[in-house]
Amino acid sequence: MLPELGHFALILALLLAALQAFFGIVGPATGRDRWTAAVVPAVAGQVVMVALAMGCLVAAFIGHDFSVRYVATNSNSALPLFYRIAATWGAHEGSLLLWIFLLAVWTLGVAIGARALPQRFAARVLGVLGVVSFGFLLFTLATSNPFERLMPPAPDGRDLNPLLQDPALALHPPLLYTGYVGFAVAFAFACAAMLEGRLDQYWARWTRPWTTAAWAFLTVGIALGSWWAYYELGWGGYWFWDPVENASFMPWLVGTALIHSLAVTEKRGLFKSWTLLLSILAFSLSLLGTFLVRSGVLVSVHAFAADPARGVFILAFLVLTIGSALSLYAWRAPLLKSQAGFEFGSRESFLLFNNILLVVAAGTVFAGTMAPLISGALGLGTLSVGAPYFNPTFMLSMVPLLALVAVGMHASWKRGRLGAKARALGTALAIAMAIALVLMYGAYDGGLKVLTFVGLTLGVWIIGSSLIDPIDRWRRKLSLTRAIVGMTVAHVGLGVFVIAISAVESYTHERDVAIGKGETVTVGSYEFRFAGDRDIEGPNYDAVRGEVVVTRDGRHITTLHPEKRLYWVQGSVMTEAGIDTYRGTDLFVALGEDLGEGRWSLRIQVRPLIDFIWIGAFIMALGGLVALSDRRYRTAREAAAEPAGGGVIASEEARA
Amino acid sequence: MRRLVVIVPLLAFALLAVVLAVGVKRAPQKNIIESPLIGRPAPEFSLPSLTDPGRTVSSNDLRGRWYLFNVWGTWCPGCRTEHDVLLEIRHSGEVPIIGLNWKDEDEKARQWLAQLGDPYEAVAVDRDGRTAIDWGVYGAPETFLVDPQGTVVYKHIGPLTREVWHEQIRPRLPKQSGAS
Amino acid sequence: MRAMRIAWLLVAVVLLAPPAFAVDPTEMPTPELQERYKALTHELRCMQCQNQSIADSPVGLAADLRREVRDMLLAGKSDEEIREFMVARYGEFILFRPRMSARNAWLWLAPAVLLAIGAIVAVRIVRQRAKLAPIDGDTFDDDEAESR
Repeated sequence: MLPELGHFALILALLLAALQAFFGIVGPATGRDRWTAAVVPAVAGQVVMVALAMGCLVAAFIGHDFSVRYVATNSNSALPLFYRIAATWGAHEGSLLLWIFLLAVWTLGVAIGARALPQRFAARVLGVLGVVSFGFLLFTLATSNPFERLMPPAPDGRDLNPLLQDPALALHPPLLYTGYVGFAVAFAFACAAMLEGRLDQYWARWTRPWTTAAWAFLTVGIALGSWWAYYELGWGGYWFWDPVENASFMPWLVGTALIHSLAVTEKRGLFKSWTLLLSILAFSLSLLGTFLVRSGVLVSVHAFAADPARGVFILAFLVLTIGSALSLYAWRAPLLKSQAGFEFGSRESFLLFNNILLVVAAGTVFAGTMAPLISGALGLGTLSVGAPYFNPTFMLSMVPLLALVAVGMHASWKRGRLGAKARALGTALAIAMAIALVLMYGAYDGGLKVLTFVGLTLGVWIIGSSLIDPIDRWRRKLSLTRAIVGMTVAHVGLGVFVIAISAVESYTHERDVAIGKGETVTVGSYEFRFAGDRDIEGPNYDAVRGEVVVTRDGRHITTLHPEKRLYWVQGSVMTEAGIDTYRGTDLFVALGEDLGEGRWSLRIQVRPLIDFIWIGAFIMALGGLVALSDRRYRTAREAAAEPAGGGVIASEEARA
Repeated sequence: MRRLVVIVPLLAFALLAVVLAVGVKRAPQKNIIESPLIGRPAPEFSLPSLTDPGRTVSSNDLRGRWYLFNVWGTWCPGCRTEHDVLLEIRHSGEVPIIGLNWKDEDEKARQWLAQLGDPYEAVAVDRDGRTAIDWGVYGAPETFLVDPQGTVVYKHIGPLTREVWHEQIRPRLPKQSGAS
Repeated sequence: MRAMRIAWLLVAVVLLAPPAFAVDPTEMPTPELQERYKALTHELRCMQCQNQSIADSPVGLAADLRREVRDMLLAGKSDEEIREFMVARYGEFILFRPRMSARNAWLWLAPAVLLAIGAIVAVRIVRQRAKLAPIDGDTFDDDEAESR
């Protein structure tokens, strides 16, 4: 009965989403206040129904209901409880439901958070979100119903893909989707503002915390996925420029541009139409990602089992929503004019450069990702685009961007003078260069590589520069706002990330070897001795476990246990790399093939600072979360509660 | 000017939508890569025969005739699927089939032919896969049609079906070639 | 229709296989050849797989192609000759680094062209804005303490 209840709840949710969209958009447009007021109950109903559906599907997984096709395909009676819950979003249908559920959660958050906003504006935001919910609910019900029954029921399930049986990957989709879906909120705010014709700073202030939150979740989601790929896929890489990865990276790049341009729009009332466009673009790229991943138009290592019918649906939805939003934009944007000026070298100019470079970077990734499709559509034949294209072209816009970060943070608004900051920045740069050289010649192999030097210097410089202000204020015993702390933390995270990537790309040693028991091979400055292998048994798999003893200059560092697992149900073989960190350097061993007579092929990698790639990303996200807890977003609601007509915008300080 | 600039995103998006639509339409074929060999001379080879280990099967001996070049292996499920179609083609006598037994074991391959019937005029053994690489093979079964001048005329990837035989291959053969 | 169904079958077979990886203990006689071997095997696509290079793929054909690369390198062939060998057999699809040819020019030029457009736009906007007075009319003037 539960699956039918879930299915029914989804249908009700679809109807309620339609009402939510209708009341939210038509109510304010026709000035019918009772319709406008009806949007909140519709939201509440929609959220309850979606939550109910989600609960039913999770319950079906927990209760081993193999009469549900989706459960029978993605679970098994031997699957541990944690992974049974995670299996809910282990494949297309369930992950789509998760998408809808998270959108419902965001919608609820907006409904609560927007109570203090002008009623019509709030209703429009919720109305636009209703359109998005409606589209995805219809998509699920029409092409991807997770509650479909299987007759006769399967005696047991075909199990969750063993690759997905991993804590990081279980959490990766919810976080990633929370980010993706969060951009729907920024999109809804932008559309509501355009519908209303009210594009003042308040709009930027209201939408900013939502956008920052979405960006932070997306950051963590991508980082988790990358971390998982590193230790679970067994290739030992952290980013492959696979279409599916790029699909999440493009909204991230544009989202990053958006949170910076929002800063200018909120502070100076500039770049309004650009900020609007970025809001639309970030969500468009989220939708495009969903399309690329689920329609099967591109070849990827980790796409969903794809179906062109789904592609057609998402494409139609994409054209409808994004097409309308961009038409609305073409209509409204010419009305936005600002006479405010700024000088070259001001904060505004740096944020402008930041935005342009980020969007160019996103455009580059876009070109490479879409090239097979574009080339195919133009009849230019098939082609492949991989890391050899992305790495150099991406650097083209990233290096200038990173070079501007340290200075940009200290530029003042309006005026292009650095003043006393110039000396501090110069000192920080000199220190950064010194540290980079020490790292290159002291800690690592030495040798002057230009890009390594540039990367390490910029990374350290960004961190140093971020800390100038907090240290200065701390010395003068001044307080720091959360916004500044957040910005500082995020930029420190970026610096850590840049240093880590530079080190990993420059000082990684990797070797694939054929090795027998008792033999030793040297990789980097470490010796790896293969001490043999033995068979072990896990909860739902058999495995061979190798033992590799790592020493350096004869001193024991660690013992690694790479495994090769055979999962019973799907009969698939998975590698579990043996990884340990020694002084920030990852020692990585993966078992390849059994070559017979106790010999194995082994992949051995020594990657310095690789963990800091993900740590850096987490710090960035943390910075975002700190920034959005800033006082002015909490007080923004009170400010908004004032009658806001007439375009007179008083300061909060004046009111307080 | 400004009016024009703000329409650019919409136009760009419209263009993208068209590309995506074409992409969706072509999605099922995206794993089928057109061979650069078509219209070019078929790669030369000279390999031991499967059925008659003393003999060699060589591309030179095939000059002056139409033939189908079929890449197969006993490990390949699609090859089992197309086998009956191959037998029918053999019985029709319209064009001879030369097999390339790709990365297989001779004994297994001979058993396969003994059990299922032998559609081939000759089978060349490509144990190390070098000839298959010359032909640009990336997944068995693959079938090439070669004309008397030794030019590759057509390539089919995946199991051969009656439709492909009747609609793609036969129309390319000269009428009543008498190749049998 | 039929062709489509078969194509789907092919796709399904490929997808069911988990993306395993290859460990390739090939040792070249010199570090320089080893470097070139590594680079080449990483920029050649495994035609049978979903977006993997022949260096990473465990399938038989990838191993055969790695062997070809090794043999050609040992025979003194240049990187370009090896790429040409592969393209002649498998088409440009096999190259993860699209060639700089007329039909791929747009792809290689795109990043630079985008950057150039970005630079022009940036210069124009900054020039325009620098002429305007840095007025503060249209804004919050609460003390965010981030301006100075």
